[in-house]
Amino acid sequence: MLSGNKRLNALLGLGIGAFLIVPWYRVEGGFFSFEWPSEFPFSSDLAPGLLQILAEGRVWLALALALFLIGGSARFMSDANRRGRLLVVTGTIGILFMALQGLAISFTGWAWTFPETVFGALPLGQPAMGAGAILTSLIFVLFIAFGLAERGFMKGDAFVVGSISILIFLVTVFIFYPIGSMFAGSVQDFDGSFKPDGFIRNMQDPAIWSLDCVVGGNRCGVAWRTLFLAVMTGLGSTILGLAFALVATRTRFPFKRGLRLLTVLPIITPPFVIGLALTLLFGRSGVVTEGLDTLFGIEPSRWLYGLTGIWIAQVLSFTPISFLVLIGVVEGVSPSMEEASQTLRADRWRTFWRVSLPLMKPGLANAFLIGFIESMADFGNPLVLGGSHGVLSTEIFFAVVGSQVDPSRAAVLAIILLSFTLSAFLAQRLWLSGKNFATVTGKGDSGAHAGLPKSLSVTVYGIVLPWMGFTIVVYGMILFGGFVKTWGLDNSLTLEHYARAFSVTFQDGALVWTGVAWNSFWTTMEIALISAPLTAAVGLLTAYIIVRQKFAGKNAFEFALMMSFAIPGTVIGISYIMAFNLPPIEMTGSALILVACFVFRNMPVGVRGGIAAMSQLDKSLDEASLTLRANSARTLRKVILPLLRPAITAALVYSFVRAITSISAVIFLVSAEYNMATSYIVGLVENGEYGIAIAYSSMLIFVMITVIAGFQLLVGERRLRRENRVSGMAQSSKIRIAQEKTA
Amino acid sequence: MTDLKPGSVVFENIRKDFGTFTAIPDLSITIEPGTLVTLLGPSGCGKTTTLRMLAGLEHPSAGRILIGGRDVTMVPAHERDVSMVFQSYALFPHMNALDNVAYGLESSGYKKREARERAEEGLAQVGLAGMGHRLPAELSGGQQQRVAVARALVLNPQVLLLDEPLSNLDARLRRRVRTEIRELQQRLGFTAVYVTHDQDEALAVSDRIVVMKDGKIAQEGAPRELYEEPVSEFIADFMGEANVVSCEIVGREGDDALIDVGGLQHRLRARQATRGKAKLAVRPGSVVLNPEGAAGLGGEILTAAYLGDHVEYEIETPVGNFFVIDHSVERSFAPRTAVSLGFRNRGLALIEA
Repeated sequence: MLSGNKRLNALLGLGIGAFLIVPWYRVEGGFFSFEWPSEFPFSSDLAPGLLQILAEGRVWLALALALFLIGGSARFMSDANRRGRLLVVTGTIGILFMALQGLAISFTGWAWTFPETVFGALPLGQPAMGAGAILTSLIFVLFIAFGLAERGFMKGDAFVVGSISILIFLVTVFIFYPIGSMFAGSVQDFDGSFKPDGFIRNMQDPAIWSLDCVVGGNRCGVAWRTLFLAVMTGLGSTILGLAFALVATRTRFPFKRGLRLLTVLPIITPPFVIGLALTLLFGRSGVVTEGLDTLFGIEPSRWLYGLTGIWIAQVLSFTPISFLVLIGVVEGVSPSMEEASQTLRADRWRTFWRVSLPLMKPGLANAFLIGFIESMADFGNPLVLGGSHGVLSTEIFFAVVGSQVDPSRAAVLAIILLSFTLSAFLAQRLWLSGKNFATVTGKGDSGAHAGLPKSLSVTVYGIVLPWMGFTIVVYGMILFGGFVKTWGLDNSLTLEHYARAFSVTFQDGALVWTGVAWNSFWTTMEIALISAPLTAAVGLLTAYIIVRQKFAGKNAFEFALMMSFAIPGTVIGISYIMAFNLPPIEMTGSALILVACFVFRNMPVGVRGGIAAMSQLDKSLDEASLTLRANSARTLRKVILPLLRPAITAALVYSFVRAITSISAVIFLVSAEYNMATSYIVGLVENGEYGIAIAYSSMLIFVMITVIAGFQLLVGERRLRRENRVSGMAQSSKIRIAQEKTA
Repeated sequence: MTDLKPGSVVFENIRKDFGTFTAIPDLSITIEPGTLVTLLGPSGCGKTTTLRMLAGLEHPSAGRILIGGRDVTMVPAHERDVSMVFQSYALFPHMNALDNVAYGLESSGYKKREARERAEEGLAQVGLAGMGHRLPAELSGGQQQRVAVARALVLNPQVLLLDEPLSNLDARLRRRVRTEIRELQQRLGFTAVYVTHDQDEALAVSDRIVVMKDGKIAQEGAPRELYEEPVSEFIADFMGEANVVSCEIVGREGDDALIDVGGLQHRLRARQATRGKAKLAVRPGSVVLNPEGAAGLGGEILTAAYLGDHVEYEIETPVGNFFVIDHSVERSFAPRTAVSLGFRNRGLALIEA
């Protein structure tokens, strides 16, 4: 029980800090600017928990203190079972009390009417929770976790129980609480009373559900169009992603490094920029359109503005994501399986079709799901290319910021969107259940991947090369567009756009960032760099728990986490604003809300990648580590993480890039102080300043390439020492080893 | 690998449920310090589950586990003083052999330098000195297996657990490695729990064998005891082959019983048997064949296979078919010859009817 005491001691120390040395309530200027210690602890806003009780009259907090002290007394009990129970009980009551008092007591006193009738009016209210209150809540959560661990839950593994508890806590606060607030808002009137009229009216709207495109000649409802688009995008990006992954790993393609870089390009592009580039190519005054007009007399049309255009833009945008997912999957297929197949008289085609491809199935399903849901949630491309016929996500946006504000319509559309994405998620779970594809086992496995059958490799090249060409043209447009004065009107070259956005001058010997873009640029970098490692850490930890730990309610836990993946950014954006604008948790206008939004929005991708990679690692590896005296934290660090390097790279890169390129949720959450690059660019586009917008976008792309290359070098490649027959001659040392093995 | 402290192992009324399925209803085992005990049984008998509970990879649903006298029922795997050799070896593919062996030492808090020195020693102990820089993929199966053993042993555990450690090796290597493991165990004197489904392996390495079936102990004892005095048809057949036939106990003389098998009378140790109907297990080598006409149980040769140093027969008799191994190869019987069967004094046992 020694380790149990150690962690309780740490917790008690933390608790004393929470009540004594940090402000209990939210600090106006921001906790991390550290201006508060000058007036601490006697200013009434900055007083710590203990002084709030004794001097400021916030007596209800005494209950939290009492619960903390009772729980802490468990430290001095010797019977593991009893002290475990005490910790769980005080922790549970404590966290419930913290939530309840936060919700029930607002700035001016009781927030609800019934406690006022029971307890009478409060003389004073309270501001939003600050460092002390949040720390105390966390301590109560850990009380529960450590108590459960002492009672033998999860085989007594405090690290695992602690991780699960913290994750559940975080997901509740940052996903369920905001979504709950929003749904509550959808059936409420402005004064807070229950009024479901708007909800019912919107649910039956034919603009959403009509099937006219099947029977009549008109358009289908927005729900059906969105669904159709998402399926097409999922299929398109999965097939292309697989083709790219095969070319990158199984052929003698000479420019593999270039291929990897090129396919990374579209994700590091804010989605609406692809739409913009497509407009420059195929729009009414686009290069291609005008070229076709003059050469063949084909009338310029508006075919791009609609589902076709959005589909092209989305496949361009999401193919690289599925490429990133599938490259790990294709590499993870054990070469010995393919060699076994070849020795079983199967030719290359049969080997691919009957062995390699089925082994990749979970990965393919993942890639499809990601493409499908990304398409559903995509906001940037439909905004630029949707014209008057939007998809669900843009409809939600316009229901909130459009000419007629209708939060209940937004909620209805969000429910529909959610049910689509959740069904996709469920279908995938059912299809894959009970399939185990562990192919990297603890038994050192060697061998060479089979080459592709001829017909397939021709097909794959036939897909990849044109698409690469197309991508190069699109990006050429983006780079080139920044140097053109006014597209379509005045095609002379200029540096003016870059100068306005990124000029730097020296004044009085100091550097002054005079360009208009610098402010949002630095904010974006800061927030992306903070949120990327957090996202990867939370995502991979979750993946570890889901794949490797068994506990009651695991499915519910996983499902709850994955839910956030299925919630589109627009909805997250609105719900965050609605939930975090007022006590108990007040974050709007801060950098924190952006970081939280990115972490919990992008985490599921880290989880998915981690799950796919981890289910290919044999479980006996962790068990071996556990029996070798390593606790689960050390096992994670020394065994699992090093073997998951490709997944870590993918998670880091993806979350960093998403933080920079994301627009849908961000557009609701930015403030004057913390403006992000994407929302700034959208502002530029709305003002018709295409030149600067494109110049800024190219600059972002350039920066992201640099950072990604840095990440790649830092994390490195997985070292499993497999021979790669297709990559050419194996090194002589490896051949020697193979010979020794047979000796 | 000094200061070994072999520990005892006690399972007290262990039950293990997986959901609604009860893998082990009620199991009690005691293992003396310094002995090698084998858990033997067909797949699905609960032997691996038992081993994993001992390692702390599964927790029992009820009961207590003691290692070296300490109650470890609720202690997590990494805090238990046991280590395990996995069936797949579970060598970390991204670490070389030395790092694999040093891993447990570093986890136990040894300084990196000392951990490496001890790991070198451990590798030398299994005959892999100088191979530390190789990755698992660069080692042969036998070498990987020895790295896995060294990795477990350098921790000086109270108990070493081996989960079918030979199943990934070829037959010739298997015999050599099992001798090595037994030698190592006797030289260092650690307690070992060995799981296998191969009775030859169990007989060769064990001090004691626990045969399990359906989560229960079918029989427990020294290898010789199990082979020579099986208590049930399951044990008799599982521990080497046996012909099980019906017989009748017609009389008792002290510890001995007089039995009648289809007219052939024989005297053997009675154990708990009483008068009346019984079952007799006869080892294939314990049947004596005589030409037709001699006294004994009459039968007819069905098949005969010459195998160099012995001949294997299948013989039909009124009480059932017999599988017989006959070492007198100079005098063999052709199929469809009538013969007379007699029993030797060893290799016969009365079992539960």
